[in-house]
Amino acid sequence: MPEGASPYSKKVMDHFVNPRNMGEIADATVVADVGNPACGDMMRLYLKIENGIIVDAKFKTFGCGAAIATSSMLTEMLKGKSLEDAKSISNQAVAEALDGLPPVKMHCSVMAEEALLKALEQYNRSQEQKPESFEV
Amino acid sequence: MQPDAQRDIYFDHAATTPVDSRVVEAMLPYFAERFGNPSSHVHSKGVEANQELDQSRASAARLINAPAETIIFTSGATEANNLAICGYLEANRERGKHLIISEIEHYSVINLCLKLRREGYDLTLLPVDKLGLVHPDKLHAAVRRETALISIQHASSEIGTIQNIKELAAIAGEAGVFFHSDAAASAGNIPVDVVDLGVDALTVSAHNFYGPKGVGALYLRPGAKLEAQIIGGFQERGYRSGTENLAGIVGMAKAAELALAEMPQRREHLTVLQQRLWNGLSQKYEFLHFTGHPSERLPGHVSFWLEYIEGESLLLFLNVYGIQTASGSACASNMRGQDEHDLAASHVLTAVGVPAEYCSGSLTVSMGKDNTEDEVDYFLQIFPQVVERLLAMSPLWADKLKGKNPYQ
Ligand code: FES
Repeated sequence: MPEGASPYSKKVMDHFVNPRNMGEIADATVVADVGNPACGDMMRLYLKIENGIIVDAKFKTFGCGAAIATSSMLTEMLKGKSLEDAKSISNQAVAEALDGLPPVKMHCSVMAEEALLKALEQYNRSQEQKPESFEV
Repeated sequence: MQPDAQRDIYFDHAATTPVDSRVVEAMLPYFAERFGNPSSHVHSKGVEANQELDQSRASAARLINAPAETIIFTSGATEANNLAICGYLEANRERGKHLIISEIEHYSVINLCLKLRREGYDLTLLPVDKLGLVHPDKLHAAVRRETALISIQHASSEIGTIQNIKELAAIAGEAGVFFHSDAAASAGNIPVDVVDLGVDALTVSAHNFYGPKGVGALYLRPGAKLEAQIIGGFQERGYRSGTENLAGIVGMAKAAELALAEMPQRREHLTVLQQRLWNGLSQKYEFLHFTGHPSERLPGHVSFWLEYIEGESLLLFLNVYGIQTASGSACASNMRGQDEHDLAASHVLTAVGVPAEYCSGSLTVSMGKDNTEDEVDYFLQIFPQVVERLLAMSPLWADKLKGKNPYQ
């Protein structure tokens, strides 16, 4: 893929041009939608969770290059993680993993963090609602 | 046609144009050889510089059919717009405290007038219709006894629409109100005749017609009063002090001469490119919407917005394929800002009625004299590939495919 001069790091451009885990999970455990009020953008995060481990993560994102790249990076970081470890992934960590973002684009990584938190919350709620007999 | 790493297609002439090599050549002697200061009236270098300044003024004036002595050289369109508006208001304080501009002015007009409003001026922002035109009736209705100044741009760099300045200026003239037009996007690209248009002041920008950056001009009708905004010596009849940017001014003059001589061919060529691009896009997507006026528009200018796709990611992808364009999306608005509060969707797009949540998918393709049909064809090949990739990523598109309205 050719590469023009870009305001973003090489890593951001790589994740933007070749997003990892882009798409949907048909039998996802949770699907979380978050919107970005600053610019009307949106991220949808799909997680498949088995025995407290995120076995698969995918996304769809409507937004700028930073939003797409942070979505892609987040899903990479989530795959194989325990829910406990996933909880502590911050937007800064995602941005750092991408070799940084321009200041004006940090809020796009916040969208990724919010999607994660919302997904985990949804999961916890669904677990709480389960009747006890289902618990192993 | 395949994506090509070697492509370098510049489709952003509304932002700036490359300096014509003949312009560069004309400028070169004015750096190290003919470096004189036009204010050094007595010695040879100074006299030579002063003569060149006069000739350049005449050339720049000819571009807009103005007498040479009506031209004030500035550092560009922003300064010319500031000088016209602040300069006029300061020199004519008895004229009242009401200003009229359109909603789709350049930042150098709109932000200045918003500042003046904070300082006590009453400001009317004239709405435009869906095609981006200011309606003469609306202007007529907005003019009051205390209206001091009207400023309406000639053409929009963002949506391409050309205003009927002649009709609008006539309304101002009847009411005896000073009329300024920002012709930064139009002068040098389409005929601009200050006499025919009937304007009192008009802004010109050199880098929009293959001249250098950092130089522009304000036309000021003979007899009109203006207060200088940059105070110093006697340059530019005292309207704009500071040693003249002679190399830049010579460049602007050369660019103006070339623009005048080549305008018919350039326009014809650009109209062919524009039609080709327009036709190539118009039947393709039901979610593509053109902006601006279909016929009253800048040559070589095609602008539109897409649903389901965000503009900055569109720009980035096109750039990866070697195509450089512009977007009015909030996400693409200010890469150097401090945080998300520095991002905003284009005021021009919201003014022509593009819903704010859709503004994000806007694209402006502005072609120039050196672009080719082959480049347009390459764009038409690459664009659908980029659109497809971004649709595949879009949760809004996914919803739409499932029969949901993602915008509700
Ligand atoms: S999603 Fe709008 S700026 Fe990143």
